[in-house]
This record gives sequence, structure tokens and C-alpha cells, in this order.
Amino acid sequence: MPVKQIHLAAHFPGVNNTTVWSDPRSGSQIDFDSFVHLARTAERGKFDFFFLAEGLRLREMKGRIHDLDVAGRPESLTVLSALSAVTTRLGLAATVNSTFNEPYEVARRLATLDHLSGGRAAWNVVTSYDAFTGENFRRGGYLDEADRYNRAREFLHTARELWDSWAPRDLVADPAAGEFARAGAGTFAHRGTQFDIAGRFTVPRGPQGHPVIIQAGDSDEGREFAAADADVIFSRHGRLDDGRAFYKDVKSRLAKYGRRSDELKILPAVTYVLGDTEQDAAERAAEIRRAQVTPRNALVFLEGFWGRDLSGYDPDGPLPDVEPDLGEGVSKGRAQFRGDRGEVVRTWRALAAERGLSIRELVIEATGRQTFIGTPRSVAGQIDEFVQSDAADGFVFVPHLTPGGLDDLVEHVVPLLQEKGVFRADYTGPTLRDHLGIGGPRAPKETP
Amino acid sequence: MTGLHLAAALNDAGWHPAAWRDPGARPDALFTAAYWTGLAAEAERGLLDLLTVEDSLGLQSAVPGVPDDRTDQVRGRLDAVLIAALLAPGTSRIGLVPTTDTTHTEPFHVSIGIASLDHASRGRGGWRPQVAGAGLTDAPHFGRRVFPEAGPGWFATPEGELLALGLLAEAAEFVEIVRRLWDSWEDDAEIRDTATGRFLDRAKVHYIDFDGDHLSVRGPSITPRPPQGQPLVTALAHGPGPYEFAARAADVVYVTPHSRADAEAAVAQVREAERDAARTGEPLRIFADLVVFLDETPGAAASRKARLDDLDGAPLASDARIFTGTPGDLADVLLDLREAGLDGFRLRPGVLPADLAGITRGLVPILQGRGAFRTAYEAATLRGHLGLPRPAGRYSVPTGRRP
Repeated sequence: MPVKQIHLAAHFPGVNNTTVWSDPRSGSQIDFDSFVHLARTAERGKFDFFFLAEGLRLREMKGRIHDLDVAGRPESLTVLSALSAVTTRLGLAATVNSTFNEPYEVARRLATLDHLSGGRAAWNVVTSYDAFTGENFRRGGYLDEADRYNRAREFLHTARELWDSWAPRDLVADPAAGEFARAGAGTFAHRGTQFDIAGRFTVPRGPQGHPVIIQAGDSDEGREFAAADADVIFSRHGRLDDGRAFYKDVKSRLAKYGRRSDELKILPAVTYVLGDTEQDAAERAAEIRRAQVTPRNALVFLEGFWGRDLSGYDPDGPLPDVEPDLGEGVSKGRAQFRGDRGEVVRTWRALAAERGLSIRELVIEATGRQTFIGTPRSVAGQIDEFVQSDAADGFVFVPHLTPGGLDDLVEHVVPLLQEKGVFRADYTGPTLRDHLGIGGPRAPKETP
Repeated sequence: MTGLHLAAALNDAGWHPAAWRDPGARPDALFTAAYWTGLAAEAERGLLDLLTVEDSLGLQSAVPGVPDDRTDQVRGRLDAVLIAALLAPGTSRIGLVPTTDTTHTEPFHVSIGIASLDHASRGRGGWRPQVAGAGLTDAPHFGRRVFPEAGPGWFATPEGELLALGLLAEAAEFVEIVRRLWDSWEDDAEIRDTATGRFLDRAKVHYIDFDGDHLSVRGPSITPRPPQGQPLVTALAHGPGPYEFAARAADVVYVTPHSRADAEAAVAQVREAERDAARTGEPLRIFADLVVFLDETPGAAASRKARLDDLDGAPLASDARIFTGTPGDLADVLLDLREAGLDGFRLRPGVLPADLAGITRGLVPILQGRGAFRTAYEAATLRGHLGLPRPAGRYSVPTGRRP
């Protein structure tokens, strides 16, 4: 039986509470050179794609702009278009939300990127934005969870209709015949519950037909959305058992949409730390955790759960003795914790008491999500095992340093995966769809 | 006397609707990166101040405001901001100025897009905001707003004029939001203070709290202040309302005089609009737009244009003056027009890449020979090319005076 081929992607670690900006090797998160460095590293490593997250409002804590983490990022599609000029094969994935945008404009910009990059565009469709973010937009507005997915699903379907509004041969460009485009090219009409739009789309069909669709979402709606409509799903399941359960669940949902299980790639977001020995790697990993969870970060993290000001507490002392305020919450502009905060606090109290943990130690323990730690050889082995045992199809690496955070992975681990025959030695096609092996888009409209 | 400024306006296969049928055109390449990077390299070779990239949210049409069904002209275009961004890494000096719509888009998205272009190009980003105008037919692409049917001539009716003024007022708010967002991070807001664990100085990041008649945005931006502070804002204007918009909102205005007298009148009107708007600081830089067909042989450009007119079935129509002739003749025209008080010209090549090369390889050396154009770039940023200083952020408080 042939071994599964691993898919690798790179996340640019800009705005993130895990980026260690205090490290002397940490560079700018906004300077274009940083993006070039990471993208070229990923391309040198033959990664499938490079991925940018999105932000539409600065985060706040207790009504004030959050000042402890890296903040400030460019607009994704603009940066990716610039990067398309300095890379040749790397896929370029932009996160664009479906709440504060309109399908016509998003479809147009993504199709543009697909043309300019020669078929390397991808769209991470996100849904989770709130009224807080809405204060920066015309339509303002908040959509509750079910409506958000309804809008996202119809948004994506509408975008596909726009991409299909030009058939593959509608762009003729024949000077002798005097025909530039076929009659009616770009004509569309969509009438649904979320969008009622019609007219002429300005962008001829791109090299990929449809840009690659990425989705992140762990809820039942999110998994269903991905099974029905996505080419790639990001997961948070960076542990083997979790990963296998998630993989099995999501892949089993594809059949009812008439899709083969290999048409959707599951890529957990993961971290890695390399060392000369296992112990060396473990020590580095612990250092990184301490740099990520500074004393102030630890308190701010707890405040998000306690729902109250804890600035008087000693981060190296015991957990706060006050009860949490379970009201509205104090953190805005980032993924919210959904669930029973009171229950979480009780669990942490028990854990801290049992192990004698300080506030900072507890936060380090409670938020630890480091995935692969070891020597290059052991990390390559862990990556391969994960994929061969159907816990994932590959990974989105989230380095803790900008922009050099993937250098050692590409230099030391990728060659080992190539030696094992589980990762490409070179790109085999020009488009991101080629890299992912997911085939073309579904059912393009043909000119009769 | 300083030299004049030159811009090239890039549009489709050129500004003649039949340009794509010219033997030198590359109609099968219009949607590729190579086409645009080739044009940008040529424009920078000519030391031009900037290039603009046209755009609209609707398909091109031979009849303003009404879609047509012609298949013998270029139809289809790419997003101009993304084209401009593509051009940033391969160029090092030329300004990159995309067009965006202000009627159907979000100021927040546009603001961070142009700021990101300025970051990616290290200070060469610009912007041409454009009201929907003739593109009111784009409204059904969004389904958010309903406009009356706007056929040819409709904007000259009282109802049309009123709507146009409303769209301009909205555009003015749009630009104000975009500019405030650019300033919403002070230049030194990122402090990376390991002693206190603070990455940002939150006192240097500002809500803009814009609440206008048409738009409201809270801010701040998510993108740190761009390298130029304020990327260059440019506007195309044909009359008093748009002149006033430009006087309030823009750094450069493109006007469309058809003669020296026209140019003098336009300059006078622009200056009057500036007084009416109580504009302070740098005066508007005024560029005149011309469509150009250039050939070394006298008469060749005119016959080339005539051939394209025949192919298209009608003589080229344009809001701007159409010039056909030799680069030397064009230099004479530009140096004469300039006496009306113009700072420069935005030339619209009739056919790409031929007429762009006519500008960079024909016109530019002649202007240089007459001491009227730079022989090397003297600044690294677009504002620098135009002699515009990098402005202080409007929210910045001088050091030591912070409360």
C-alpha cells in the first residue's frame, strides 16, 4: 500500500498571543521583507501554501486596546498579490470573512489573485465576527451563529456562481476575428435569502477555475460546511487521538455530498520545537512557553475567564481567591471561549491546588498546545506517524517567531520527510489544486 | 523652475477600445502578471512619477451608464489594488496608484488595502477614489442600494446632479475615514518594551470615531501607519463639484483641458475650489490628462489611430484631449499647456505597450533635453517625487506635551 503524501502549509505568525516578540531574533510583523522571508522559506520547503489570518478590529481587554501581544497587520489579499511576484509555485491563502464583505467584491479579488499568481489563490472562509467588529463597517450588524453559517454558505455559493459566470472559453482575444469575449460572458443572477444580486462579473475564469476553499471550524455546523464546500479544513486537533476522531468524523460526512474522502484535506494547526537532543528540545519548548506567557499575559489571560480586574494579584502567587464574574466578559475582538467559565475556573483551582501551581504556571499548563518537540528525526517521525495513521493529511505550521520561525523546519525536517518518500521533492504542477491533489472545481458552466 | 511631473494611466490594452487589435498589443496576456509587470518596468524605465491602474466594479461598456453587448472590445478587468501590489516588488521608485470605487465598497477595507500597498512598496502607494457615477449599474452587483436608471445624459438632469453631489459627499466622507485610519496609529506606537511586557503603547493608537451623514467607522486601523504617513490621494475631476471634492480630499487632481485656454480655466477653478474649501497646507498638484498616440514619423500615429477607429466603427471618444503625433510635437504641447499653471500630466497611452514606450523612449528624452524632466529619481517615495512632505499624524501629540 502506498504511503500517504503529506501536505504542509505555513502560517505567518503576526497578530497572535503565541508570537514571541521579545526574542532578539523576532523581526517586524508588518515590514514586507518579513512576508517575503517566510513565503520564500515555505516555497524552498515545497510547501503547498502560505496562509494569512485576518483582523478587522484591534483586540480589547477591559475596554482598552490590548497592548501585550503583537498587533498590526496588513490586508491579506494585497500582501499575497505582492508575494505572488516573488514566488512561483507557493499557494497563497487569504482569510476573508463573509460577514463584513459582499460576494461580488470578494469573488472579484480572489479571482484576480488567481490570475496574477497563475493559479495559486486560496480563500479561508471565516464567519465569526461580531457587533464589536461591525463598528468598522457600513452594515454594522451582528449575525448569530446559525445565520452566520447560512450567510457563509450562500456567500460561497454565490462566489462560485460568479467564478462560473465566465466559461473557460469565454475569453477569446482573437484580433483577426475581432472577438474579445463571447456574448454574455460574466452574466449572473443570484437570488437567495442572503443575497439578491445580478449583472456582469468583470473577471474571466481564473487558472484554477475556483480558488481553493479553506474552512476552519470545529462545531457541527463548521464540520458540515467543510464537508459540503471546502477543499481544506484547518483543525485544532494537534494530538493523535483527537486528530483521528476528528478526521474520521469529517471524512465520513463527505459521501452524502457526493465527494470522495480525499477531496477534503484536513490540516491541523501545529507548532514545533527542534533540539539537538530530546532533552534539549524539551528545554527549549519550556523556554518558549515562558516567553509566551509573561507575568502580565498570565494575569490578562485569567481576567478573560474571571471576568474581572485581577491586576492586583501576583502572577507568581496562587490563583485569585475571588469568585469569577460570569457576566458579559472583558475580552473583545478575538475568538471567544464558549462554555461554562465557572466550571473552567473550578477545574483550574483543583489543578493548581493539586500541583502547587502559581498563576503563571497554571496558565502555561492550561494553554499548552505545543505539538511536535524533539530532534529533527523524531519530529519527522511524529509528523509522518500522524499522517499515516489518519489523524491528518498534513499540517499548518504556526511558528513562534517572525519571520525566521520556519527556517530550521525547512532546513532539517523537510529533507527527512523527502527521504522517507512521504513529501514531494519538488512541485509537480503549477497550481495549488495540483499541490493538494484535489482536482478541479465542481461543475463549471460550459458555453452551450 | 522644477521639472514637470509625468504619470502613465494604464487601462486594459490601452485607451482606444480597439487597442487590443493593434499588431503590437498582447490581448491574450491582459489577465496575466507578466503583462502588468512589463508595463510597470517600462514606466519606471522612463522615470515617471507614478502609474495609475483603472478599475470599476462593472464590465466596460461603450455607452456610459448602460451595459452593452459588444464582443469586439475588451471586456473584463482585474482588481486594481491587487495589480498595484503585484507591481511593488519588481519596481523600486515609481508610484503605484490604483483606482477603487467609493460607492459600493467599505472604507475600512480600502484603507488597509492602500496602507498595505504602501508598506509593500516602501512608500510608493497612492489611491484614486472614484464614485460609481456612470457605474450606477453596478448597484445590482451588491444588492444593497437602489439607484434610478441612469442612461446617457441622465447625470445632466436635476435629479442626476443631485444624486451625483450626494455620491461625492459620500466619497468625501470615505476619503476622510481612510485618511484618519492611516493616522490612527502614531509612527512610534509599536514599542516592544520588554521591561513592561508591552508591545504597543496604547496611548498612541487612536479611535477615529467618524460619524458622518453617510458612513461611520470606529477604528483604529489594524494596519500600522503606512511609510508615507498618508499615501498619495488623487482624483479625476471634470467640473466644479469634483474640483471641490479634490480640493478637500486629494493631493493631486487630474483635469481634462482640451486647449491652453481650457487649462487656464481649469486651473483657476481648481484654485477657487481650494479657497472655497479653505484648504491649508500643500496646494493641490494639478495634472492634465491626455490620450496619446505617438510615432516618430509625422502622420503615422494619426493613421494608426484612424485604423483603430475604423476597426471599432467610430472615432475614439474621450473626456480628455486626444493627441496624435511625434513625441517632439507632444513635448511642445505639454510645455505650452504647462504655462497655464499645471504641475504635470497624466498620459493615457492609446495602445499598450506601444504608446507607453512612445512616452518613455520618445517623449521623456526630449523633455529631459529641454531641461523639463528629471534624469534620475531624486526621492524614494511617491510623495517625495511630488515634493510633498511626509505629514505628521493628526492624532500625534508632540513629545513632552502628552497629558
